[in-house]
Amino acid sequence: MKVSDIIEKLDLKVYSGKESLDTEVTGGYTSDLLSDVMGNVDEGQVWITLQTHKNIMAVASLKDVAAIVVVKGFQPDEATLAQSNEEGIPVLGTDMEAFEVSGRLYELLKA
Amino acid sequence: MELKYEVSGGDFTKAGYASSAVKKVLKKLSVDPKIIKRIVVALYEGEVNVVAHAYKGTISVDISPERIFIRIEDEGPGIPDIDLAMTVGYSTASPAVREMGFGAGMGLPNMKKNADELNVSSKVGQGTTVELITNLN
Repeated sequence: MKVSDIIEKLDLKVYSGKESLDTEVTGGYTSDLLSDVMGNVDEGQVWITLQTHKNIMAVASLKDVAAIVVVKGFQPDEATLAQSNEEGIPVLGTDMEAFEVSGRLYELLKA
Repeated sequence: MELKYEVSGGDFTKAGYASSAVKKVLKKLSVDPKIIKRIVVALYEGEVNVVAHAYKGTISVDISPERIFIRIEDEGPGIPDIDLAMTVGYSTASPAVREMGFGAGMGLPNMKKNADELNVSSKVGQGTTVELITNLN
């Protein structure tokens, strides 16, 4: 399943990285602690978080995640979006809480 | 090959810059991607530690065919009890830093897990030096 499929199925908003929606998604990881994500997220996973500041892009890029999903309707910082476009790692958004979007993504990827 | 990067304390906008630059160099040198991932995790944690705790620091990376040697040297408050600092969950980070999702007390343990050798030495009131050694063979 590609990032674009997930956007469609979970009705996610695309904030940035519109050119990079073809990446294959291998799984997901949900956490707001950057060190936890740094240590545990795998390449190709979707990272679900409520963090919106630019440092999430550093972590996402170093770990080659497929996309970031920002939950609860939080708006990512401008600097985050600029770096997202530069790195080609999309920042997506949803009004859902982390619990719900994680569960729905899990169901999608399991199918 | 030797690389050098300066890190400013408190400047989170640039945290990860050195790690990202090192990642690119290692990729070009065709280092095993699994090894690159481990180095990048350890180095990023070290870089964030300098930003979160120190006034300024220098990262030097020495790459040879056998191993990658990283030294992160900072001028800062130092670590009074290194064993305590190595404990998962122990953190002295400020509330502001924690709100950003840093300061979970996982930095040094992550570094230890992702390096073949980790040496930490520190002088209270002066600064901390962290060495990360990764064998390539």
